[in-house]
Amino acid sequence: MKARVIVTLKNGVLDPQGKAIEGALSSMGHGGVEQVRQGKVFDIELDASAADPKAKVEAMCEALLANTVIETYSIELQD
Amino acid sequence: MAATVVLVPGLNRDRDMIAALELISGTRPQTVWATDTELPATDLIVIPGGFSYGDYLRCGAIAARLPVMRAVSDAAGRGVPVLGVCNGFQILIECGLLPGALMRNASLRFVCRKVQLEVVNATSLFTSGYSAGDIINCPVAHHDGNYFAEPDELAALEDRGGIAFRYANGTNPNGSVNDIAGITNPAGNVLGLMPHPENLIEPLHGGTDGRALFEGALRQVA
Repeated sequence: MKARVIVTLKNGVLDPQGKAIEGALSSMGHGGVEQVRQGKVFDIELDASAADPKAKVEAMCEALLANTVIETYSIELQD
Repeated sequence: MAATVVLVPGLNRDRDMIAALELISGTRPQTVWATDTELPATDLIVIPGGFSYGDYLRCGAIAARLPVMRAVSDAAGRGVPVLGVCNGFQILIECGLLPGALMRNASLRFVCRKVQLEVVNATSLFTSGYSAGDIINCPVAHHDGNYFAEPDELAALEDRGGIAFRYANGTNPNGSVNDIAGITNPAGNVLGLMPHPENLIEPLHGGTDGRALFEGALRQVA
C-alpha cells in the first residue's frame, strides 16, 4: 500500500519561498497568478502489516512529517 | 562545574562552544553523542549550532527525535539548564522544549553578520549576567531564524517574560515576529537563541558581549 502525504503551511503563516516563486512566475510572463504557497509531498510505501494504515500515517505526520505549529497535512491512501 | 555539549551529525559550531565553555569555566565540557540514551551528571547542557542532518525535512527536525534529545528533555524537565544556539535553538523548538517555529528568513538569504540585541528579561538563569535594557553586539549566521508563533502563543510568551533577547536598532536579520532573537521556557531553565554569543567572548573576536551570558549562567549553577 502507498500513502501520499501533502504538507502545506497553515493559512496566515507567511511563505517567503512561495512569494519568491510567485514573483518569478510573474516575471517570466505567466500572468494571472494570484498566490503561490509552497509545500512538501511524501510518498510512503507501507507493508501489509498495519490494521489501520491511515492512523499509522497520521501518527507519522504528527510525530515527524509536519510541524503542526505552522503546517497542516493531508493523507491520500493508494492501493 | 560540569557542562555537557550535545554532538549530532552535521553540527559544526561545537568546537567554538567547547572552547568558550572551557575558557570561561576553566573546565573542559563533556560531550554526548546523538545515539546516547543517558547523560552524565551535568550542571548545564548546551546544543551548539550547525546543520544537523543537513537541515533535511525542517531545520532541527531529525535531530530533535534522536535518543540523546529524549535524555535532554528529561533533564530539562528536572530543571537542568539547557542552552540551544542557532541550530540548537531550532532543535529545542522541534522537540517541543520551546514554543513556536523558526522559518526561512524573510529575505530568503543566509545572513552572516553582527546584529544588536536588547536584553529583554535579565531575570532568567542565562541572562542574569546582563541588565534588562542592555544593548549588546552578537553575530548571527543562519538561513532559518525567522521566529513565528500564533498570536495567542506570542501574547502568552510576552506576558510571561519569555522573550530573553530581541534584535535591536533595526538589526532584525530574518523577519522574526516582534524582533524575537531568543526565548526561554516557562521555568526559565531552557534558553534558545539564534545569535552566537560563544563567538564574542574575547577581544580577538572583536568584542566580549557574549561572555556575560555564560558567566551569568555559570554563576547560577556553580
